[in-house]
Amino acid sequence: MTVPRWIYLPAGVGALLILAPLVALLTRVDWATLPALLTSPASLAALGLSVRTSALATLACLIVGVPMALVLARSQIRMVAWLRPFVLLPLVLPPVVAGIALLYTFGRRGLLGGTFEALGLQIAFSTTAVVLAQTFVALPFLVLSLESALRTLGPGYEDVAATLGARPTLVLARVTIPTLLPAVVTGAVLAFARALGEFGATITFAGSLQGVTRTLPLEIYLQRETDPDAAVALSLLLVVVAVAVIGLATRRIGHA
Amino acid sequence: MNRWLLAGFLLAGCGGPDANTVTVFAASSLTAPFTQIADIYEQQHPGTTVAVTFAGSADLVAQLEQGAPASVLATADEATMAKAGWASPQPFATNTMTIVVPEGNPGEVRGIADLSNPDLTVVICAPQVPCGAATVAVEQAAGVDIAADSEESAVADVLGKVSSGQADAGIVYESDLGSAAVTGVVIPDAVNATNTYLIAARDARGREFLDTVASEQGQQVLADDGFGPP
Repeated sequence: MTVPRWIYLPAGVGALLILAPLVALLTRVDWATLPALLTSPASLAALGLSVRTSALATLACLIVGVPMALVLARSQIRMVAWLRPFVLLPLVLPPVVAGIALLYTFGRRGLLGGTFEALGLQIAFSTTAVVLAQTFVALPFLVLSLESALRTLGPGYEDVAATLGARPTLVLARVTIPTLLPAVVTGAVLAFARALGEFGATITFAGSLQGVTRTLPLEIYLQRETDPDAAVALSLLLVVVAVAVIGLATRRIGHA
Repeated sequence: MNRWLLAGFLLAGCGGPDANTVTVFAASSLTAPFTQIADIYEQQHPGTTVAVTFAGSADLVAQLEQGAPASVLATADEATMAKAGWASPQPFATNTMTIVVPEGNPGEVRGIADLSNPDLTVVICAPQVPCGAATVAVEQAAGVDIAADSEESAVADVLGKVSSGQADAGIVYESDLGSAAVTGVVIPDAVNATNTYLIAARDARGREFLDTVASEQGQQVLADDGFGPP
């Protein structure tokens, strides 16, 4: 289909809205001090923590998200359809609301906090709290992309395998998962990117301490108070990482 | 269609302040008293509206740098006012620090020395923000090394974690005591730090607002909210 020419105007405005702030950020980078700012102990601690927690959050998303997507896309149980909107809630929930909700769930005086404390698990102000917050906000990204992939693929091959006598677990392992793999990678990458950028829920729920809970976005927010150049340098780093990750994901989408 | 879109953008750009509005930029910790003082000013100057923006010090400075139209700037410390670079700022209030604990004081915190106990969950402001700088001053004066579990970017985050019971203790401004479900534990004057609040105006309406802040009524509001005299 050929798009009408006028449609390039609003499309261009939209593209400008996204690209102009990136260009503006680049113009504010102090290239001379950039290496020193990026390799300061605080920056490295924040970057390391961010990558570590985002990777763990992505893993957690995969462990529970793939089964969730399978249930949402394939289950015949009527209740599942009712639950679907709630699964996607973190997508539209302001992260600070997510943080408050997590605090009242896993906090020391929260709904489940006492249970965890009895088990000797201290979640408050720990890296676990960061991973928990990131998993909460990133999970729908994985579930949503997997579910739509599953719906697009349809149950055709699975049904054929079943009629050939394969049990459900074998169908899952030999048919569903292999055909789903590109979507799993895309979903995981999106979840990782979302976890990397997580700010509101983390600062509300996990706190902010160097090397423990202060991830890159939190470090940027803090640096801004005293050293705007450092904040810009770290913002650039986060943008570069995010663009690389998204680039990887969209390339995968192209393949799939 | 593109013409309508353009018209929409132009209309959206016409939301600036008018001549009857006094725009005030103030530190977050001034939220309670300045909301009240704005009401007093509006009563004294019928037909005038006060629009107050409350934000952390870095946000205030950044927004002003980018040309935000403010008649009045009130900051929580001298450093922030200096960064903004407004002429002839005047002190109008002071604030000291206090320990806060959740209701019932589960960590049995009796004084500043207890905060060095690593078994307690303690939350303070990061040294980069004004309340954190004051906390460092208290630590040094008292000779206590606080074992902080989190260094927050804003007082509100410290208060939130203490009032929810997530932390056993925190250090905030004296003026924050009334704003959350927390109990204060006094820091003795000898080791306490004092923040001086500065205010400056850059037009006639702004100077009128300054007068209201400095008036007996304005100072009473500040005192009721736990601020000290300048």
